[in-house]
Amino acid sequence: MAEIIVVTSGKGGVGKTTTSAAIGTGLALQGHKTVIIDFDVGLRNLDLIMGCERRVVYDFINLINGESNLNQTLIKDKRIDNLSILPASQTRDKDALTIEGVQKVLDELKKTYDFIICDSPAGIEKGAMMAMYFADRAVVVTNPEVSSVRDSDRILGILQSKTLRAENGGEPVREHLLLTRYSPERVEKGEMLSVKDVEDILSIPLLGVIPESKAVLSASNQGNPVILDEESDAGQAYKDAVRRLLGENVEHRFLTASRKGILSRMFGGR
Amino acid sequence: MSQIDLFNTVSRSVRSGAQQGPSSENGHNNNAQATTTQAVPTTPTAPKTKGTTIAGTMHATDSALDSDAAFKLKGNRVTMTILELYRYDYKSFNDTLATTVNSAPDFFNQTPVILSLEKCAPDCYIDFIELGELCREYGLVPVAIRGGSEEQSVSANVAGLPKLPAASMSGKSSDIVPDASAALREVRVEVPVSANKLITTPIRSGQQVYAPGGDLVIIAPVSAGAEILADGNIHVYGPLRGRALAGVKGDTSARIFCQSLEAELISIAGNYKVNEDLQKEHWKERIQARLEGNQLVIGPL
Repeated sequence: MAEIIVVTSGKGGVGKTTTSAAIGTGLALQGHKTVIIDFDVGLRNLDLIMGCERRVVYDFINLINGESNLNQTLIKDKRIDNLSILPASQTRDKDALTIEGVQKVLDELKKTYDFIICDSPAGIEKGAMMAMYFADRAVVVTNPEVSSVRDSDRILGILQSKTLRAENGGEPVREHLLLTRYSPERVEKGEMLSVKDVEDILSIPLLGVIPESKAVLSASNQGNPVILDEESDAGQAYKDAVRRLLGENVEHRFLTASRKGILSRMFGGR
Repeated sequence: MSQIDLFNTVSRSVRSGAQQGPSSENGHNNNAQATTTQAVPTTPTAPKTKGTTIAGTMHATDSALDSDAAFKLKGNRVTMTILELYRYDYKSFNDTLATTVNSAPDFFNQTPVILSLEKCAPDCYIDFIELGELCREYGLVPVAIRGGSEEQSVSANVAGLPKLPAASMSGKSSDIVPDASAALREVRVEVPVSANKLITTPIRSGQQVYAPGGDLVIIAPVSAGAEILADGNIHVYGPLRGRALAGVKGDTSARIFCQSLEAELISIAGNYKVNEDLQKEHWKERIQARLEGNQLVIGPL
């Protein structure tokens, strides 16, 4: 039974696409057949972060409109067997997404994939709504700052009211909090919200804390999901998060400055 | 015998606290006064003796404790099973009853039922005493009839079964097919309507929850940017970070309770305090907010 996971946040620039790429890759590495869909129609980014931008022929909208078939449109990842990417259209806008169209594509993907990761655009407009509508689970990406937390809170409200699961009145969408760009040093100085602060406000289970890391930017620029960078703390933190997503009980790491200090010295200069 | 009718009468005004005794002349409770007065004209079938008691008790009060009355009549609504009779003869009734009860033996245990005669031919003769005995044998206790012809009502009355008004007044009822697995086999005679609203999931930023005509109870956090409103009181068993407006239709006796005061705004009947003022005292504490005159007072709980 395929599971649809939306990666969403409300606010832009918090690391949704980085997270989609990392989690999708991580799930595939664990042996699950995974596809990542870029819902950010008009601002296609996922293919860049996944390093497959030069192989994009058809896109999500072509597929919805029936101008291409799944085989033609899906881009197989060259590094990992189980992983495919469904890129967004660069030339259209979000109005090209329709519930019926998205459903048709998802139903098709469900037949062959274990996990379908929907990389949501920022905001609460149509693209974001479409990305979350069919979700079974949601990874809410949040930065430890008040505006990001507020937007995540808003998204959580929408997840519980405007999704298919909410409308059917069945089991609600399962929510997971992923705190990214976390800097324990700055938390200690009182410049940043702590994990506990954010958990307190959002009151949903914590999937993981990804430390602020230079590895993320360089990985993005190289088109390599950061989770493949096994030496970086961010890569390891994403790996832990994926294991937790699969139901494993993994202790949280990189939460305190001292441990981060040791690690950053060990893996310093990255 | 008249109790069911009475029950039905009073059940229209859930909050009316009709009371007998010397202290019943104290007209403290305006609500009860109003509802009781309204309830009486709508019930022409109210039995004379006790009906007049209610009608006479115009100044109803809830202060039962300081009276020496032996009892007090209160309105209430209950869910009851309806036995819808299509025809009656001893054998077929007995057979149907046996099948019904055997399919769910534990379900009927001194279960009160209302006999509905609405689907029964008006000239059908029903031996209510015999029927009553049969029912009791199987664990059903007929308490009243509903619908039926004049003749049927008279013979039911003789058997000690009062008549309730026809079903059209009490809304929809659905068929009961008792089988051992089905959990819900009851039909609502009077649908209990509580104006209070209970919320168990967090109220998120941008969401608005309103409890019209009653209290709002929230067993979860209320996020900043959320708005909760009630005509009555507001209870938040969790941190209150959004806006809370109680008594929005002007009820100055409404109060707001919360486990941790972190609100953006608190208002009772239009008298409000904003975050800036709220932070000055009892911030992040368990509080209750109420009105003293036109002054919104926040105190520890």
